[in-house]
Amino acid sequence: MAEIIIHPEKISDFAAARALCPFGAIGEKNGVLEITAACRGCRLCVKKGPAGAFEFVDDTPRPEIDKSRWRGIAVVAEAFGGKLHPVTLELLGKARELAASIRQQVTAVVIGYRMEEAAATLAEYGADRVVVYDDPALEFFRIEPYTAMLEDFIRREQPAAVLVGGTPAGRSLAPRCAARFRTGLTADCTVLGIQPNTDLDQIRPAYGGNIMAHINTPRNRPQFATVRYKIFPIPPRGRNAGVEIVRPPIPAGGLASKIEVLKVVEKPPAAMLEDAEVIVAAGRGVQKKEDLAMLRELADLLGGKLAGSRPLAEAGWVSQTHQIGLSGRTVKPRLIITCGISGAIQFVAGMKNSDYVVAINRDADAPIFKVAHLALVGDLYAIVPRLLERIREVKP
Amino acid sequence: MNIVVCIKQVPGTTRVEIDEKTGVLKRDGVESKLNPYDLFALECGVRLKQQYGGSVTAITMGPPQCENAIREAFMMGVDAGAILSDRRFGGADVLATSRTIAQGIRKLGPFDLVICGKQTTDGDTAQVGAELAEFLGIPHVANICRIIEMRDGAMILERDMPGAIVTESVRIPCLIAVDKDICQPRLPSYKLKKATAKREIRWLSLDDLDDRDPLHYGLNGSPTQVKRIFPPDHSREQVVLRGGAELGDRLFDELRDKKFLQEF
Repeated sequence: MAEIIIHPEKISDFAAARALCPFGAIGEKNGVLEITAACRGCRLCVKKGPAGAFEFVDDTPRPEIDKSRWRGIAVVAEAFGGKLHPVTLELLGKARELAASIRQQVTAVVIGYRMEEAAATLAEYGADRVVVYDDPALEFFRIEPYTAMLEDFIRREQPAAVLVGGTPAGRSLAPRCAARFRTGLTADCTVLGIQPNTDLDQIRPAYGGNIMAHINTPRNRPQFATVRYKIFPIPPRGRNAGVEIVRPPIPAGGLASKIEVLKVVEKPPAAMLEDAEVIVAAGRGVQKKEDLAMLRELADLLGGKLAGSRPLAEAGWVSQTHQIGLSGRTVKPRLIITCGISGAIQFVAGMKNSDYVVAINRDADAPIFKVAHLALVGDLYAIVPRLLERIREVKP
Repeated sequence: MNIVVCIKQVPGTTRVEIDEKTGVLKRDGVESKLNPYDLFALECGVRLKQQYGGSVTAITMGPPQCENAIREAFMMGVDAGAILSDRRFGGADVLATSRTIAQGIRKLGPFDLVICGKQTTDGDTAQVGAELAEFLGIPHVANICRIIEMRDGAMILERDMPGAIVTESVRIPCLIAVDKDICQPRLPSYKLKKATAKREIRWLSLDDLDDRDPLHYGLNGSPTQVKRIFPPDHSREQVVLRGGAELGDRLFDELRDKKFLQEF
């Protein structure tokens, strides 16, 4: 049994010892210290406590798995309507990197209906092999058939690690399959590395991002990890010469499901400014209303929305629903680019919690620069056109 | 309809910090509370019971003090409570947690529906529900933004997927994970607090479960191991640049590196 044993004779200060545990799992009962059910196994008490006071013992003989039988990095592709989710390409890039360091292969598996094109794209972004489960019954994501296909894939390919996009579908599929194989799953990894013995080094945030945890799955295979969209870069597109595309038969009974998709209604793109992930905000530094076209184009290219400061809303250049600030909307996008906004306190109150703030302003003393992560002191009429030019080059 | 709602007691705040020198986690106000996402699951359970009859049982796993979470569920109209508590459950990861809760749910008798919240505020994984459903051998659907009705032995649900709202029919028994804001959770009732103060809660230890192999639980039953915990890198210093059009190039690089140009 693996457990933590307390040696009270080595502890002089019980209160200090109890405070060692971030989870409050060191209890005291009738003057005796004990580890309670709140223990998370982090072993901080072992590392940080008085020498020898907390001892981690594991005398259980466990069947060692033969790690050499589990080879390669698998990426579970996500595609809907035949179109790949970009997180899949990001995972392929990371898988390529991991596989290279252990000199093994990358295999992509795609489950769906009419996946020819998706399979070809996977080959171009770094998969050595592509395994396709293609059937009309797989058109929509339903948990039982998708799990059955992924299970079949894992039994065939025996990958050391399985990377899955942290999308709603991936966050259902990965744990379901990990439980089926009674193996470990680490959710929302932000850093992934691999050891020569194919143990994944997985780092993920917990407690709302206030702590980071480094996690291993040393005794089980395959190792499941999910990664959210836009954590890793998309690798350059390559050639797919020589990539093997495999179409195994659909496993018997694998399409059975107790779920029926009745209706799929597409959502309109985020209508509310508050829902926008990217915002380009215009201020008095914009000289004419026509110049907003340039900023609107920038917002469009970034998949975001154009907003304005109060003077622009009052002038009718932007609508009231697109005004940021105390008298307008409070926003928290992943990216906000303020153009010609000085940053009056009322404006800043409406956007200061944005994840990444870029401010463009000619006045180096503008208060907006106090909250900017990237402060560009210069003329928006020089900077924005150049930026647009560069983005157009990469966005057809 | 017999409904089981899975709940968890979490730290009262996620504002934890790690002492850089000692590596010890500092938590201000160690008080615990019911995971806020679970309030929506509880509310859904109570409403379904009111509509279709039956009973709602809240189940949790944790140290003895998590009884408070069950008591709070009683104040919202939950009928019965069960607590999986055993030192040998400690240190459980997603797999061991799901296995333990599945074992606990099996002890409660037949059920039609298991409801989970979206995620917890401490672990943040949002993955116990799916693994639990696998251990129970029932279908599961997550991201539920609306429960339309129960009809002919199936739940009719709307799930919020990126780009689309999908309406599905899922045969019971099944497990659903409901989104935040699916409904307005009721406030705990003082009347119910008084009425349920002495209501008995079912305590389950490892010895009460069908699978009594201690290697399946807690630290022993957890394939993942926390190697270390450390503070996140907050060193995001401000970058100030002066110039002309070349700043447009610099901003392009920055947006590309931060992956803002990866939309398709």
